[in-house]
Amino acid sequence: MTAVSIRKVSKAFNVGKSNQVDALHEVSLDVKPGEFVSLIGPSGCGKSTLLRLVANLLEPTAGEVMVNGKSAVTARLDQDYGMAFQQAGLFDWRTVRKNIELPLELKGWDKGDRQTRAEEMLQLVQLPEFADHYPWQLSGGMQQRIAIARALAAHPPLLLMDEPFGALDEMTREYMQGELLRICAATGTTVVFVTHSIPEAVYLSNRVVVMSPRPGRITKIVDVSLGGERTEETRNRTAFFEAITTVREGLRGMHAAHVGLGNDNR
Amino acid sequence: MNKAVNLVGKALPAIVFGALFFGFWEWAVRFFELKPYFLTAPSSIWGEFITNFSFIRRAATVSGTNALIGLVAGTVLGVAMSFGLSRFRFLNQIVTPLAVALNAVPIFVLVAVLNNMYSITSEIPRRVMVTLVVYFIVLVNVARGLTEVSPTHVEIMRSYAASDLAILRKVRIPNALPFLFVSLKIAAPAAVITAFVSEYFGGSQNGLGSRISSNIANSKNAVAWAYVLSACLLGLMFYLFSVLMESLNRKGEMK
Repeated sequence: MTAVSIRKVSKAFNVGKSNQVDALHEVSLDVKPGEFVSLIGPSGCGKSTLLRLVANLLEPTAGEVMVNGKSAVTARLDQDYGMAFQQAGLFDWRTVRKNIELPLELKGWDKGDRQTRAEEMLQLVQLPEFADHYPWQLSGGMQQRIAIARALAAHPPLLLMDEPFGALDEMTREYMQGELLRICAATGTTVVFVTHSIPEAVYLSNRVVVMSPRPGRITKIVDVSLGGERTEETRNRTAFFEAITTVREGLRGMHAAHVGLGNDNR
Repeated sequence: MNKAVNLVGKALPAIVFGALFFGFWEWAVRFFELKPYFLTAPSSIWGEFITNFSFIRRAATVSGTNALIGLVAGTVLGVAMSFGLSRFRFLNQIVTPLAVALNAVPIFVLVAVLNNMYSITSEIPRRVMVTLVVYFIVLVNVARGLTEVSPTHVEIMRSYAASDLAILRKVRIPNALPFLFVSLKIAAPAAVITAFVSEYFGGSQNGLGSRISSNIANSKNAVAWAYVLSACLLGLMFYLFSVLMESLNRKGEMK
């Protein structure tokens, strides 16, 4: 069974109107359980749209999206995935603990179980001492770690991330990438990750999916094999740089044909 | 201890300014021998305030009760309607222009119309007037709080398969609470002002507003000023109450 299966999916906005936008055209992609896949491409290539189709926050115009062997709608209703965005999106009026408990509340867990799980998740993201703080008392990187803890609180098999580290500074960003890999290894979570950053995509992923705009489609899939566990040292390896170059060439190939025509459809 | 010192330090400039202001007023009246019908000295206003205190208190109770009843009724109705607006967006397009239009005219004049509907001694027209004023302030603000939520929050809730009701309870209402308290801060003094002004359009001569106008008509300026002082105090009381409510809400949030 695949974790995510996307079959000839198209998505158009404003169908039939003069301003119709073909965000995605017949995209197909399979993600294996436990795999880390990044979607990369210029603005308007439909990478965020594709992620939202998997999350069932949008409905495809044509084609089929399966998550965990179920239709995307069923998977969403069963809470088979967790999601994290560029903005941590924590609730300012809830403590850190209560933020993490939110998906469990919605699943109808009782209080004791929620608390136990929240403690566990706080241990996992290594912020147990901040349980009773409010989100605005934390730094951006800490907030994003809480957002990941919240997304994974119900132990979903799949994590969908839309540029989660886009608003962080470079050093925090690299630290968070390491943390994310550690958390995913510990939980065995499958990840689909949208990013603008080539090194980030390469460092994190088993596969990097290169997309291009008008209409949004997959132009190249780069397998990244860096061998063994990824550490800070990985960033200095020749294989790392080679993978970056391959992804960059993939992006550049289509960039030449689409210079300056970017149109963000998010 | 430290807190008390801090509070005095914060209040000191205001106290010093107030003392200087009233001192200058008193001095100017005596030095230029201003006639009482032109400007009354603070000392004689204070004297009248003490002398007439039981009358003033009775009048303040009448106006204050009207303001309070209107404030509560307007807030309840405004909150209820804002839920309706956030649920049924088409209502928004009907009600918002109406609210704007009603706020554009001095709606106090409606009290004259309302007075004709009820008996001459009825307090109902004044209370209805206050209710209307408060209603629109609360409605516009709380409806904004309920609808203007972060899109990320809504997407997160939808990704957790949350129902509309759950989104309302866990996102929209907590988001609207600060808007409610801001609207109360505006509405509370407005309620008092509306209660006074309503009294200028006839009806029983029992409230602060009508006492002020009748004392001025009788050239009893110092007494009129004493009623004005009481009106200030009443407005201040309402405002402080709304600030207190807000800070209680904040405290709940910060623990």
